[in-house]
Amino acid sequence: MSPPGRTSTRAVSNWRAKLVRRIEAGERFAGVFATVDGTSVRLTAALASAGRTELLDATLPPGLERYPALTPQVPSAFWYERELHDLCGVVPDGHPRLDPLVLPLTDADPRPRPGASQQPPALTPHETPLPPHLAGTGLFTLPHGPVRSGAVESVEFLIETPGEDIPHLRVRPHHKHRGLAKRFEQLSVPDGLLLAERVEGIASVAHALAYAQAVEDLAGIAPPRPASLVRVVHAELERIANHLDVAMRLADAAALAVATARFGWHKERVLRLRSELGGSRFGRGVIAIGGVHCGLGRELGRPGLELSELGRPGLELSAMGRPGLELSELGEALAVLEHDIAADERAAMATASFLDRLRGTGRLPVETAAEAGALGPIGRASATGPDVRRRQPYAAYAELGVEVVLGSAGDVQERLRVRWAELHESFRLIRAALKLFDAEPAPAPRKPLPVPDGRGVGCVEAPQGELLYIVEVADGRLSRVIPRSASFHNLPLLHRVFAGDIFTDFPFIEASFGVSIAGVAG
Amino acid sequence: MPWVLRGLRNGILTTAYPKRPDPYGSGFRAAPLVAAGGAVAAAVRKICPTGAISVDAGSVHLDRGRCILCGACVRRYPDTFRWAWGSETSALHRRALVVPADLEETEAELARTRAALATRVRRLRRSVHIRHVDAGSDGAEEWEIQALTNPTYDIHRLGIFLTASPRHADILLVTGAGARGMLGPLRRTQVAMPNPLLVIAVGTDAISGGLVAGGYATVGGVAGELDVDVFVPGSPPPPFAILHGILLALDRLPVTPASAQ
Repeated sequence: MSPPGRTSTRAVSNWRAKLVRRIEAGERFAGVFATVDGTSVRLTAALASAGRTELLDATLPPGLERYPALTPQVPSAFWYERELHDLCGVVPDGHPRLDPLVLPLTDADPRPRPGASQQPPALTPHETPLPPHLAGTGLFTLPHGPVRSGAVESVEFLIETPGEDIPHLRVRPHHKHRGLAKRFEQLSVPDGLLLAERVEGIASVAHALAYAQAVEDLAGIAPPRPASLVRVVHAELERIANHLDVAMRLADAAALAVATARFGWHKERVLRLRSELGGSRFGRGVIAIGGVHCGLGRELGRPGLELSELGRPGLELSAMGRPGLELSELGEALAVLEHDIAADERAAMATASFLDRLRGTGRLPVETAAEAGALGPIGRASATGPDVRRRQPYAAYAELGVEVVLGSAGDVQERLRVRWAELHESFRLIRAALKLFDAEPAPAPRKPLPVPDGRGVGCVEAPQGELLYIVEVADGRLSRVIPRSASFHNLPLLHRVFAGDIFTDFPFIEASFGVSIAGVAG
Repeated sequence: MPWVLRGLRNGILTTAYPKRPDPYGSGFRAAPLVAAGGAVAAAVRKICPTGAISVDAGSVHLDRGRCILCGACVRRYPDTFRWAWGSETSALHRRALVVPADLEETEAELARTRAALATRVRRLRRSVHIRHVDAGSDGAEEWEIQALTNPTYDIHRLGIFLTASPRHADILLVTGAGARGMLGPLRRTQVAMPNPLLVIAVGTDAISGGLVAGGYATVGGVAGELDVDVFVPGSPPPPFAILHGILLALDRLPVTPASAQ
């Protein structure tokens, strides 16, 4: 990846005007973040356009921690500005509703201030119930969460309703805030990868990959070709597992017991395949900075793939996975799996009682999706399709080619359809990657390199959508890491999809979003 | 083909565990082990990102309750550390997670704890309900708990069920590093549960906070908040490890469980 525009510090108003102008000209807003930098606060906005993700900086004058909010002109900045207010205490003036989002704090409380050298005091959550937003006869607030039924992540939904309709919904992900931004700052560059794997546990490979790419961008290196192919295999297996999880949850919401069991079984098979390949059911420990920790087939544990890790010299690596799974066996297992999945997929998509619940439910209009820059399968089901694998190809995707599937109905059914298509595309990519890998000669072992100071950007297509990592290194250690998951960008769209839907549609809509709360809460 | 027939087409997929060991479960990396000793430099402990390794007068100990299985120690010091295999990793004492263990002391204490636990759970028999609470996990543990209900593990065959209401629950299954924002809801869930109540900490994060311990936002594991009966290490622990932990809590395993060592 070519290094993006690194530092373009401008006066804040110029910065803001430029951002608004470029977004109006068609670039996509991908986030705004704040970092404490000595005595002042630096704002960083990310803009995505064809082929690159660019960062634009502006430093606030020392002592003045406010700026004119972006949200009035750029609606998708809504959650980002609430988050930077929570984390840094910076006030975006004119923000329509600056309620706490990722930290349950009042205005008087101290903030964690990522980037600052001192550690914040222990968090004391503010537990006073929120006043309702809506007023009217018969309206009441139904608190749903943070502890909810089933084995799911903690999140609170405040549903303001007259009974059946859902005219207003609030999402409160702060309960499980883990302070990840500050935690990254205490780690060495190689250890940061381990934390990245745990930002969103269900997308460990994508996070590790985005982090590794950010560091590689900073160090100006590229992984050897066989390592890129291994990265594709693991990233696509992760996508398959995630999409099957969404299908399983939808079937469960429709009380289709057999379909739930079948999709659950297929998902288990994918996780088992991943553990056979890399030793972890979630692909942890597979990605290394500058390469991968494990190969494929007979090549499992080949040193040429592994010795490329940066910053930690003298690695003697042993295989993480269990050797013995030949490439041909792997290919066969994948073929059987895809065949089984396809048969159950066809049956599910022909089951009237299932489709009745999906069709027209949770509709995200095409214009809304485009305005919000909706990411991943949610965006693609509403004809908004940034797919990083194509827009800004990484690993071996440029060579393999990725077919992006778009839909336009924007409902739960369309999101599931897009996911099925992506799942089959993933199988195709894995097959192609395995074929290339088989013919690939072993690369020569490389010496570990030191990581220079500076800032790098990594961008990958996680199962949830575009995942962005901004990694800053100072004196050889992490000074600021911003993991921006697609879940964080997409979850506020939940406010916009309840037109005409009622309570019993809630589980379908939530499942179809397929987000991870861990990545939202930070 | 109707769904009923579709459900029959692949026969029985369910594991025989705990009656018989399962090859997939026993083929899993459990944790690094301290291989037969010799003098070790104090610098060895620095390799661990979560501080699970301690070196005291040349002897090395590894705390599985802190280990996130990154494998850095095995890769860097293959003479000192090697992988242990298997999924039967859970323990009734926090201290029992430290390897190598002081066997005599641990076994006497273990027998006492098991006996006390057995009296507490006797009445539960084959109708056990689990309430899960996520206290700041990364989301992977939830997938693994959910997996217990899929056809390959099918905990329903053992009379174990996930329940929504804490009033119906016998086991509190806690995941996550103990995010401060979740401590209130966690405590309120526990108070709403009837006795006898069993608490199982699932995952290294729940036991010690793992990699997110020590920040402003977490308390470094839930052991300080609740009386934990069973510790299930792993990041995340595979379904067989969680199942082992549940059966250990219910005293439904053979008297000397096949140790992962």
